[in-house]
Amino acid sequence: MRPIRLLNKVPSLDFFRFHKFFFALSTVLCIVSVIAMMTRGFNFGVDFAGGILIEVRTEQDADLAKMRSALGQLDLGDVALQEFGGPRDVLIRVERQEGGEAAEEAAVQKIRGALGQDVEYRRVEVVGPKVGAELIESGIWAVVLALGGILAYMAFRFGWRAGLSGVIAILHDCLTTVGLFSITGMQFDLTTVAAVVTIAGFSINDTVVIDDRIRENSRKFKSMDFRTLINRSVNESLSRTLMTNGLVFLSAIALVLFGGPVLAGFSIALLWGVIVGSYSTIYVAAPLEWYLAKRGRIAHGGPDQEPAKTG
Amino acid sequence: MLHMARWQIWVVITICVIGVLYAVPNLLTRQQLEALPAWVPVEQVNLGLDLQGGSHLLLEVDVRAVVRERLTNLLDAVRSQAREQRIAVSNLSIVGEDAITFRVRDAARAEAVRTMVRELDQTAEITVAPDSTFTVRLNPQDLIEQRRQAISQSIEIVRRRIDETGTKEATIVAQGQDRILVQLPGERNPQRIKDLLKQTAKMNFHLLDVSNSVEDAMAGRVPPGSMLLPADNEVEPNGQPRMYLVQRRIMVAGDRLSDAQPGTNPQTGEWVVNFQFDSLGGRQFGNVTRENVGKPLAIVLDNKVISAPVIREPILGGRGQISGNFTVSSAQDLAVLLRAGALPAPLNIIEERTVGPDLGSDSIEAGAIACLIAYALIAILMIVGYGLFGIVANVTLFLNVVFTLSIMAAIGATLTLPGIAGIVLGLAMAVDANVLIYERMREETRNGRSPFPAVDVSFQRAYVTIFDSNLTTLIAALLLYALGSGPVRGFGVTLSIGIICSMFTAVTVTRLIISGWLQWRRPKELPI
Repeated sequence: MRPIRLLNKVPSLDFFRFHKFFFALSTVLCIVSVIAMMTRGFNFGVDFAGGILIEVRTEQDADLAKMRSALGQLDLGDVALQEFGGPRDVLIRVERQEGGEAAEEAAVQKIRGALGQDVEYRRVEVVGPKVGAELIESGIWAVVLALGGILAYMAFRFGWRAGLSGVIAILHDCLTTVGLFSITGMQFDLTTVAAVVTIAGFSINDTVVIDDRIRENSRKFKSMDFRTLINRSVNESLSRTLMTNGLVFLSAIALVLFGGPVLAGFSIALLWGVIVGSYSTIYVAAPLEWYLAKRGRIAHGGPDQEPAKTG
Repeated sequence: MLHMARWQIWVVITICVIGVLYAVPNLLTRQQLEALPAWVPVEQVNLGLDLQGGSHLLLEVDVRAVVRERLTNLLDAVRSQAREQRIAVSNLSIVGEDAITFRVRDAARAEAVRTMVRELDQTAEITVAPDSTFTVRLNPQDLIEQRRQAISQSIEIVRRRIDETGTKEATIVAQGQDRILVQLPGERNPQRIKDLLKQTAKMNFHLLDVSNSVEDAMAGRVPPGSMLLPADNEVEPNGQPRMYLVQRRIMVAGDRLSDAQPGTNPQTGEWVVNFQFDSLGGRQFGNVTRENVGKPLAIVLDNKVISAPVIREPILGGRGQISGNFTVSSAQDLAVLLRAGALPAPLNIIEERTVGPDLGSDSIEAGAIACLIAYALIAILMIVGYGLFGIVANVTLFLNVVFTLSIMAAIGATLTLPGIAGIVLGLAMAVDANVLIYERMREETRNGRSPFPAVDVSFQRAYVTIFDSNLTTLIAALLLYALGSGPVRGFGVTLSIGIICSMFTAVTVTRLIISGWLQWRRPKELPI
């Protein structure tokens, strides 16, 4: 059988033509994300905010209104109920209780009492405030160290320009992912941090492949100007980029659709990350590297040269 | 590069066979595994509590309480010894977290006090101000050692208490500086265990202070050497717990108990706890009861008076009985606590995660379906995109999953729900290596190379890229493993193992198959 080729020959698209527009777009996305984080904050899950999360399954379809009023009488502060995965599954979230661990404990007892014997407890999570704070801290550390480690490795293998532009690109990906959670109000918990670090890993993977090609081409075509060189490298890698990122995208879709409700937030973050990670490799990292190089080489900076010709 | 020596081929094949062998037990049931001959690996992948169901409790040992208790004891000792030696001391108090201070009125006696304190605590740092104000600071090295001991003792007691409840396969390990992680597979409602862990269970026998009145003490005039404690189970008519005035001095300590069992009192039929002292405790108990016939003896558990019966006759056999309005379960629990011993410090349950077995199996099912669908999608696309070589990629991709599972089983790593997500994502990451190699082959073919050199160069060139890109992703995955907690850690594990495996499956195994195929068919052009 003959394989079907996505691209029959190496394309010669000019990825730099609209780079200013995409720079602006990315900047706007990042600023919107930061503003959202500062003004809207996050819908932190129990992992970070502390509090109680209980998932129950009822015998018949759950009567949310009845459960809500039963739990509302317990005087536990904010109690949120939502259907989770199916009509018989209910997720109950109770805000952090004043009075530390013992109070959380008592609240769980009260809820068990109010819901009675007829429900099946599928999941009970109680996180004290101290643990929540530590989890936030270790989550931030994981992201910071991941970025630092990647920057160091990239700088070591491809030089500081590639390292810096790669890291700015993944910073962009992480920021917009986190921003997405802030804007949509999706629950932000430990798996979200995992998703953010994974997105960083995926995005840089994509960038490395192109940087690798840039490195190879710069040995092959010593006199080619840097912009043409980068553009050529992006074009040459394009069929691989489409194939691999398409496959990752499909895997993420499989997770979103079939991975179950517990993983839903993680999977959606990942799906977003695949899209934004692919975009940032081509439209943030590559042009940024060119900008950094341009500043380095030509002080007065003659702007746009001829679009790349490949063959 | 393309050519592989015969022994290299055999090494690769052997590794593949071993990998498959280690993965097979995961498909079998427990009974089938036990029927296997001894040389076959039988390790299955450990399932995390989020997949098999169970309860995860994170306990914090309140080590400060240990130090505070030590300071209080030191303070009491200084006070009582000074009184014995008729030295007037004032302003006794605890300062900060590790020191006590007091003032000796008669400066001439300061040296005697210094000797006295030195005897009470050999390692503490003693400073005396010009106005004979003493500051006694506990030795920091000593405190570290004491904290360490408190943690390891706590773990031991927690283990004993949990064992006493008949819970199977519990794992209890230290975590961080002052934490204990308890994992109880299969536990649906850990309420009883939590109740048992929340009690320090320090039980001591004290005499009641009958020479002073409880009313006076409640009015704020607690005589030195005594303390006012509430009853555990008795209530005054006004709804407040009944108060007892108890002498501070411990007559017999609860750690001298050698056994405790629930039972019923044959006369009244009520539930009691029967206890037995060890030989020293039995002697002490005998002496106390002989010297104090007719006086009430208080049984104090965690600063609450369980009961204060009047000693009717000397109890010389070292056996006794505690009655105190027990129910069956409270008598059983107290017996468990007394048998297991007292915790050196109170425990706080700072995190609890309990997953029911049904949710666990639902998660496994969802994860498996997502995995299969992702694999199917990738497999179809790879065949559509790369034909015959796509099939090769699918074989190596399958091997990658198999290897990931068998390495996890072999090193005893834990598979969690995010871990399954890691496998799904790892599929796409692993196939990237094949994509890189195949795209190179197309390019080299397009540049006019004939099949053998084209394949050869492709592997060489693609390898550099694969190495770099995998290593950067591996940095992220390993960090998730190192810094992540619980389930997220599981994601880091599978992703890391998957990436490392792909270096073997997607590169080496693919090379083996393709070079074998080339030598066999000797094609004029690559089918790519």
